[in-house]
Amino acid sequence: MAARNTGARPGGPNKTCQFKLVLLGESAVGKSSLVLRFVKGQFHEYQESTIGAAFLTQTVCLDDATVKFEIWDTAGQERYHSLAPMYYRGAQAAIVVYDITNQESFQKAKNWVKELQRQASPNIVMALAGNKADMANKRVVEYEEAQAYAEENALLFMETSAKTSMNVNDIFMAIAKKLPIGPPQGETTGTVDMNQPQQQQKGSCCK
Amino acid sequence: MDEEYDAIVLGTGLKECIISGMLSVSGKKVLHIDRNNYYGGESASLTPLEQLYEKFHGPNAKPQPEMGRGRDWNVDLIPKFLMANGELVKLLIHTGVTRYLEFKSIEGSYVYKGGKIYKVPADEMEALATSLMGMFEKRRFKKFLVWVQAFDRNNKETWQGLDPDNNTMQQVYDKFGLDENTADFTGHALALHRDDDYKNQPFGPTIDMVRLYSDSLARYGKSPYLYPLYGLGELPQGFARLSAIYGGTYMLDKPVDNIVIENGRAVGVKCGEEIVRGKQIYCDPSYAPERVKNVGKVVRAICLLNHPIPNTNDAQSCQIIIPQKQVGRHYDIYISCCSNTNMVTPKGWYVAMVSTTVETANPEAEVLPGLQLLGPIAEKFISVSDVFEPADLGSESQIFISRSYDPTSHFMTTCKDVLEIFARGTTQEFDFGKITHLSLQDNE
Repeated sequence: MAARNTGARPGGPNKTCQFKLVLLGESAVGKSSLVLRFVKGQFHEYQESTIGAAFLTQTVCLDDATVKFEIWDTAGQERYHSLAPMYYRGAQAAIVVYDITNQESFQKAKNWVKELQRQASPNIVMALAGNKADMANKRVVEYEEAQAYAEENALLFMETSAKTSMNVNDIFMAIAKKLPIGPPQGETTGTVDMNQPQQQQKGSCCK
Repeated sequence: MDEEYDAIVLGTGLKECIISGMLSVSGKKVLHIDRNNYYGGESASLTPLEQLYEKFHGPNAKPQPEMGRGRDWNVDLIPKFLMANGELVKLLIHTGVTRYLEFKSIEGSYVYKGGKIYKVPADEMEALATSLMGMFEKRRFKKFLVWVQAFDRNNKETWQGLDPDNNTMQQVYDKFGLDENTADFTGHALALHRDDDYKNQPFGPTIDMVRLYSDSLARYGKSPYLYPLYGLGELPQGFARLSAIYGGTYMLDKPVDNIVIENGRAVGVKCGEEIVRGKQIYCDPSYAPERVKNVGKVVRAICLLNHPIPNTNDAQSCQIIIPQKQVGRHYDIYISCCSNTNMVTPKGWYVAMVSTTVETANPEAEVLPGLQLLGPIAEKFISVSDVFEPADLGSESQIFISRSYDPTSHFMTTCKDVLEIFARGTTQEFDFGKITHLSLQDNE
């Protein structure tokens, strides 16, 4: 938990901003693997379905600010389309993941983009990740097709590989650069922190 | 869907979601189904506002334009607040579900006396300042509160001659010379009893409740109550996420025909053509109508206001308790009010809910004393719901049914029911030590 106000780095004052990022996409496209690679630098060929680790944080440093991602995994609730509204609530960024070797997962990704456009905040920063790029010999979703779709819908787009770590940090970094670094808008104030014994005001960004 | 589950949970009300979370955390393989396409069942918060109009006034009913964007409304069907130091808060903290939710203190806690409402005095300072009592009564009440604070079951010297297992609460009132009005708000607004039966029972539990009230008050200030941003419907979603993180499978919008029984024991549930097998069933009363009994009715009036409740110092959120005797009833009337500060209404709008246990043939008239305190009401939705409890404890059938949500204004009974059901179903108490994901939170 050393992320908040870690002090100035060379080059000027630094502030830490926290953002909620949600992952979406069909089961088994590698959502958890992407996060695990990004947060812990790990990859497991036979990653179990998400258990126990559905809330991870990681920071990336920009020139003038540190961005702390609070990353929400679907915890499998996407399987029967049973994600709760809470999942989308307050999300400032989303990565919609598909598997480049699975055409259906690309179709599903388009549905998730629609779902985000319907449920999430209008200012959400969305990225599309074509994962499993290391398995290019089994590719069925063409890069150009996905890129054209991403452009039409104003999504960031990269092909990624959680296995080789190709573009994993880059996609989070690209999102960080598009996030509004500054005082939060429409922030609710006066909430209590239950884990503290006394009253304490909690703000989520840019102290 | 082909495999067999340790437990199938039916309905995603708060109780079922907490149970589902506890079962998954305990290593059970859980399938959690709801026939609705949304989480929360009876404990959902309805959004957008159009959904509330449709539910109560039919498909063509529409909110007035000045009520703003429908999406800005999250209207609870059941009014409850969390005691800041109560069991549900402990459950939220221990399970880590707090991280999915944000809470605010309810701004004011009021009690009705002789046609007016007063702020509830809960500590010695407030007791001396209140206009609820005369000067001499205040001093007696202060003495009583000091005794409550010092009271320790394990130290007889603090008892001052009163035995928590043998003396009744009435005897405590008598000893401190407290009059009926003071007894009224102590028993109803501080100890949160719904009727006067407690007076003739041992005083121990009542003192514990008064202590809970003042400890909760001390925790965050303004009132002892907390409430989640976006409404109570967030609570079941949070516990459902906990369950999912521990491997629970979720299916919404899945019609459930019936529970399948073989040799007197549940073996699964029938959903259309398919039968899903499970060793145990946990459900709310609506999924097992033939296995519950009706034990009463609750009337609730949801009221939309474009102003704060009068005489609450413009509180953006508050609770008002009308002790039964003040209005000639057997059960108390509760009023809860939330607003834009709690993210349940657009700016300038308030949702107040008046509720009580039905005791006459005309339930709507029973909430009138509460409605009269609200000032002009822009819209009103009245519901009368049956209160069910399980006909048996489920040890034979392996069907564990929760009780309907009662009219109490807090979650004490909810948590008690949940922990009892868990203990009955698993034949052990819930082990909070099983929750390990807190340590997985950060990589730093």
